[in-house]
Amino acid sequence: MSWTLDNLDVIGQLLGRHLLLSLPPIVLSLLLAIPLAWVATRVRVLRAMLVGGSALLYAIPSLPLFVILPLVLGTGIRSQWNIIVALTLYGVALMLPATVDALAQVNPRVLDAAQAMGYPSLSRFLAVELPLAGPTMLAGLRVVAVSTVSLVTVGAVLGVPSLGSLFTDGFQRGITEEIVVGLVLTMLLALVLDLLIAHLGRLLLPWSRPLRRGAVGQGAP
Amino acid sequence: MIQLRAALDWLADGQNWTGAHGAGVLVWQHLWYSLLAVAIAAAVAIPVGWWVGHTRRGRGLAVGVTGAARALPTLGLVTLLGLMLGVGLQAPILALVVLAIPSVLAGAYSSLEAVDPQVVDGARASGMSELQVLSKVEVPLGMPVLVGGLRSAMLQVIATATLAAYVGGGGLGRLLFLGLKTQRYDLMLAASLLVIALALASEVVFTLLQQLLTPVSARR
Repeated sequence: MSWTLDNLDVIGQLLGRHLLLSLPPIVLSLLLAIPLAWVATRVRVLRAMLVGGSALLYAIPSLPLFVILPLVLGTGIRSQWNIIVALTLYGVALMLPATVDALAQVNPRVLDAAQAMGYPSLSRFLAVELPLAGPTMLAGLRVVAVSTVSLVTVGAVLGVPSLGSLFTDGFQRGITEEIVVGLVLTMLLALVLDLLIAHLGRLLLPWSRPLRRGAVGQGAP
Repeated sequence: MIQLRAALDWLADGQNWTGAHGAGVLVWQHLWYSLLAVAIAAAVAIPVGWWVGHTRRGRGLAVGVTGAARALPTLGLVTLLGLMLGVGLQAPILALVVLAIPSVLAGAYSSLEAVDPQVVDGARASGMSELQVLSKVEVPLGMPVLVGGLRSAMLQVIATATLAAYVGGGGLGRLLFLGLKTQRYDLMLAASLLVIALALASEVVFTLLQQLLTPVSARR
């Protein structure tokens, strides 16, 4: 425990940096996936391209992607932007198919009803379709959050500081405790974000809770 | 783009492919570590997964293991095992096996869950023993899903094998970290392109395998 107690300030700083590298990709992947999925559900050709492209993108290993991005972005190899952009791409690659599936699951009769009530196309999407797809999208976002927090650590081998620096530093200096602290904190951070998103989702999307028996009249025939 | 050109030139130069630390050896090592790790993981996880899928026992635990594994940072595991087992091959291979197990396990148990329960009941009703139900009905019908699990395990392992060089293993990571230490971005790029090519090649091979192993009756 002595290493941990002596280095609490360093650990705290790295935890903060880790959070700053993790949050933008998680939020951006949600924000980017929604319009892309909107397009994908309306244009057949684009749907195949976008979903296929997501699968292809997800097959690219993270460290090579971190290395290649400077070529495209014009950044240095140690820039945190490589990590943020790469993890946003992975996040979108996960979130886009999840959102397309979630939108496909919305009952078409509900959409017909909304249209009959006079909702124009866009507000029908925002006020009816998207909220009903929300609970399924939420499950996708939780996966994005957990895998993003884990992948941020890989950037440490290139010199982008995060909790992953505890792995590289601990390995080079032979401090097992440092690596274990890094592992525990990374997994705890993933768990906390996962629970936070789940809780926030339940607050914002109260209809995602399973209905109590008898709370609503008969279900669909 | 000059750097990309330099990386492609490096890859095109046959001299860089030969020798004890040439790209040829590194690609071979990378592939060999990955195949070995997935094979060991398969030997451990497939029987367990089939047992879980057939008996539907321990499903909660299997799902929990698979979910928790997603949160496990691969670099942390590689460095921890590297420190505990010393520099060499054991640590990276063990780390890769540990990382491959959840995907294979999930593939194995969900492969049996994907089989139509009426078909399983039918097999039982026609007098098959439990072992026959498993080996003649459930396993063949679930094969594409199982191969899907092996496919994602292989992808994960090929990616993580790059980190193995950080703790003294070989593979393409060696070229990448050599480039990082000597400030040769073209070497890093060349190594990255080779890892990506390996990952995509593995996806193609497993997709073909998946199609090949889909029972004729289940093909559409």
